[in-house]
Amino acid sequence: MIALAAFVAGLVFGLGLIVSGMSNPAKVLNFLDISGHRDPSLAFVLGPAVLIAGLGFAGLRRRAKPLLASSFAWPQKTEIDSRLLLGAAIFGLGWGLVGFCPGPAVLSLGLAAQNLVWPAETLAPAAITLGFVAAMLVGMALARRLAPQKS
Amino acid sequence: MTDFTPLASAIGGSLIGLAALLFMDLDGRIMGVSGIVSRLLPPGEARQWTRDLAFVLGLFAVAFGAHALFGSVPGQTVTGNLPLALIAGFLTGFGAVLGSGCTSGHGVCGLARLSRRSFAATGMFMGVAMLTVFVMRHVVN
Repeated sequence: MIALAAFVAGLVFGLGLIVSGMSNPAKVLNFLDISGHRDPSLAFVLGPAVLIAGLGFAGLRRRAKPLLASSFAWPQKTEIDSRLLLGAAIFGLGWGLVGFCPGPAVLSLGLAAQNLVWPAETLAPAAITLGFVAAMLVGMALARRLAPQKS
Repeated sequence: MTDFTPLASAIGGSLIGLAALLFMDLDGRIMGVSGIVSRLLPPGEARQWTRDLAFVLGLFAVAFGAHALFGSVPGQTVTGNLPLALIAGFLTGFGAVLGSGCTSGHGVCGLARLSRRSFAATGMFMGVAMLTVFVMRHVVN
């Protein structure tokens, strides 16, 4: 049951990434480019996403437990520490270099695989997508190993 | 150049918010892709692992259904080369886990919770990403 629920959430999320344009690294980079000929479309993604999630979360706070688990796991930390800021800075550097963040990168693995079926020049070269995701997994594994979360 | 698509982006953003809400409503967890993907790496716990894998399979299903759904595979333009992609991928993964979240976990879910940490993280990664794009596009090239 939980697998089905997560699968549906993945479907809705992936659909949102494609429809919004977040799955296209060029669109992401054009949004992040503050020096002209930019495409500000992605400024319109975060607002509705945060609004819907925020109103929904506020409603859920009044409920004792989620539908398929015993309790809500709301993050408890409030301290802004150097680990958070350093990690975010490193993440921002990686994101800005190519325009992939983890969600779109994983989705793009699926898109890249379709090049085999419908060869399209408009798709990211599979090697770049595959290389990015493989290196991302290595980075994640290393960060988990070097700096395990205390809580 | 990419087209300015405010309406499609807002609709897509709404779907992303809805997915985050669904994840919290059903399992009580933050929908953060870096967390979901990194938890698939060993060591893992069975129930979490199944849920996280199912989420990723949902993402793949959208990718594979995209041609049927939209009539064509959604366009992508990637600049750069393999070495750059490897460096960028490594930094993205390492930074996201070190900083406890990425665009979805901090950017969407964290801001939606009005989390101080997520506001700080989102400001930091957006700022650094903008600086990076500026340097790569207008200083290096």
